[in-house]
Amino acid sequence: MVYEERNTWSALIVTVITTIAYVIVVVHAAEGGALTDVEWWPIMAWTIGVSIVATVVVSVLWGFIAGMFDPDSVGTADQRDRDISRIGDRVGQSFMVIGGLGVIILSAFEADTFWIANTMFFGFALAAIVGGIASVIAYRRGLV
Amino acid sequence: MVKPTKVTNNIRSLREAEGLTQAELARRIGVTRQTLIAIEQGKYSPTLELAFQIARNFGTGLDDVFRYPEETE
Repeated sequence: MVYEERNTWSALIVTVITTIAYVIVVVHAAEGGALTDVEWWPIMAWTIGVSIVATVVVSVLWGFIAGMFDPDSVGTADQRDRDISRIGDRVGQSFMVIGGLGVIILSAFEADTFWIANTMFFGFALAAIVGGIASVIAYRRGLV
Repeated sequence: MVKPTKVTNNIRSLREAEGLTQAELARRIGVTRQTLIAIEQGKYSPTLELAFQIARNFGTGLDDVFRYPEETE
């Protein structure tokens, strides 16, 4: 597995785990009541922060372990990595746009800030997850 | 399912004729071994620049390394 593929896997795994954890924590904090009563923003800020740090840590550790077995694969990216990265970005971008449109529509109807912020949050999360899956498929099955 | 490219190549036979490993050829043309494997198996179409680098490495022309089927009516 090449350097960039490891990074893609790291980001994908961490994003899936932290997004699920975010949903569990928010639902748990609601204690059966309305979700809009939850003080969501510290949970969201922590989720985003933990995602970034965990992705870096997992990538570095994975790279360190992989480097012991295949020193040539450390820190190198080539044209194929860039092409696959573009595919992943393009696929993920559509979910970012859907999230953005959702925010506009919810704002127009003066929805609770909980729904506005979470629509954008899940737009980002889905963009990262679906884009990551597209990249991983391209690495495994090929890109022609 | 990814549609295989119509472009075929004989990089593997040229490489083996020169006694090169995938790692050695990959290093020469500046890509990872996985990328070279993907190109050899037709799972990745190299850029024109990379195709020229591969051909030049074997001291031959593009047509001797890569093939594209003739159009049939």
